[in-house]
Amino acid sequence: MAIVLTPEPPLANWLAALDAQIKAAPTFFDQQAVIVELIALPAETPDVAGFLEQLEQRGVRIIGTEGAHPSWRGIKTGLRPLANTRASSKPVAIRAPSPAAHPAKEPSALLIDRPVRSGQSVVFEHGDLTVVGSVSSGAEIVATGSIHVYGALRGRALAGLKGNGSARIFCRRLEAEFLSIDGLYHTADEIEPGLRGRAVQAWLDGKSLMIAALD
Amino acid sequence: MARVVVVTSGKGGVGKTTSTAALGAALAQAGEHVVVVDFDVGLRNLDLVMGAERRVVFDLINVVQGDARLHQALIRDKRIETLSLLPASQTRDKDALKPEGVAKVIAELREKFDWVICDSPAGIERGATLAMRHADIAVVVTNPEVSSVRDSDRIIGLLDSKTERAERGERIDKHLLLARYDAVRAARGEMLKVEDVLEILSIPLLGIIPESEDVLRASNLGVPVTLNNPASAPTRAYLDAARRLRGETVVMTFPSQKRSLISRLLGRKAIA
Repeated sequence: MAIVLTPEPPLANWLAALDAQIKAAPTFFDQQAVIVELIALPAETPDVAGFLEQLEQRGVRIIGTEGAHPSWRGIKTGLRPLANTRASSKPVAIRAPSPAAHPAKEPSALLIDRPVRSGQSVVFEHGDLTVVGSVSSGAEIVATGSIHVYGALRGRALAGLKGNGSARIFCRRLEAEFLSIDGLYHTADEIEPGLRGRAVQAWLDGKSLMIAALD
Repeated sequence: MARVVVVTSGKGGVGKTTSTAALGAALAQAGEHVVVVDFDVGLRNLDLVMGAERRVVFDLINVVQGDARLHQALIRDKRIETLSLLPASQTRDKDALKPEGVAKVIAELREKFDWVICDSPAGIERGATLAMRHADIAVVVTNPEVSSVRDSDRIIGLLDSKTERAERGERIDKHLLLARYDAVRAARGEMLKVEDVLEILSIPLLGIIPESEDVLRASNLGVPVTLNNPASAPTRAYLDAARRLRGETVVMTFPSQKRSLISRLLGRKAIA
């Protein structure tokens, strides 16, 4: 997903409104791909390239522009394609602070401080999952981020759900029935017997799921 | 204040009914007012183990449905005055158990007795969940083998989520009763060791009941094992477990692999 910014003249006022926005939500543009739609600016607008530079100085990651007038110089027109990004169909006009600009703070980690029992399933869709205790045989823990188990991991662990290949699985004692990161998996049979009972981490190396002892 | 105990396990045949009868009798012998309640509707056994099968008139279902009063269904034990049984129905199935009716019966039992001990059916369905529903304390009966341990683990998860206490955000006291423990076979690696089971289930140990013919003999006679042979190893283990339930600190005795001189000479192993 990319955000579309549509600057309106006068640009100085628009930038001031944007600054207020950034002050209210400093992380709003973090990791966010932005497309600048220049359609609202008249052809005689001076130094549009300088304006885009000012945007980038504010931490806005511009991946492309649209609607630039042919007479403007130094403007990279069109989209610079970026893996897994797509322009949002609705342009987001930046005006005075609006509720939409304050993304609800979602927890980025979940801590479970008791054992996960057989038959229980913990699914965390917003980041890392930590279990202080053991995960029993027949239990399942799933996270979009990494999984940490401070105990024996005897059940199933699936990290990096929704395509996060950099997620990892850590456990104090590996007795797992099933390990998976971003869809690549090992069943218990495929796990090297020498790693059983040890503290390990699992990660993705290209297209293979690697497991190695931590001690 | 009355305490409601559920004796549960997930898996069948591990010793729930035997343990319910034995613990109930042991607590009653100590002077407490105890009722043992059979929740295994359709497959009732507790009346047999208690030796009361020929005295059943009304049962739990009759009381739950309002067809009989509680005092009409309660059967007082002939050996211990403070021990009573609320039998299950053999002719009905578990769908006849209604949550509101069960809540009402348990509330009424709480007023009459010090201990209400509910013998759960095997499984994780209606009968089992209703048996644990109102419990303050759970006795999880487990045999030292992997399938029993995993089923117990599942049950502990349910105790922590489906009971009234759990839903109120309170804790339910969970205790492990390791039944049918055979020290010789555990030493040979044919059974899980005590510490393995404790490590997996991570709940406090209430007692270790050694595998013994005395248990089977007592069941067939219709006498709780604690009454049948006061000197036997399982009796001592159950009496200690009952004392721990009452809050006493009792040193845990691990069934050991005792071998008499003669059996050692013959190369045979005997269980203490």
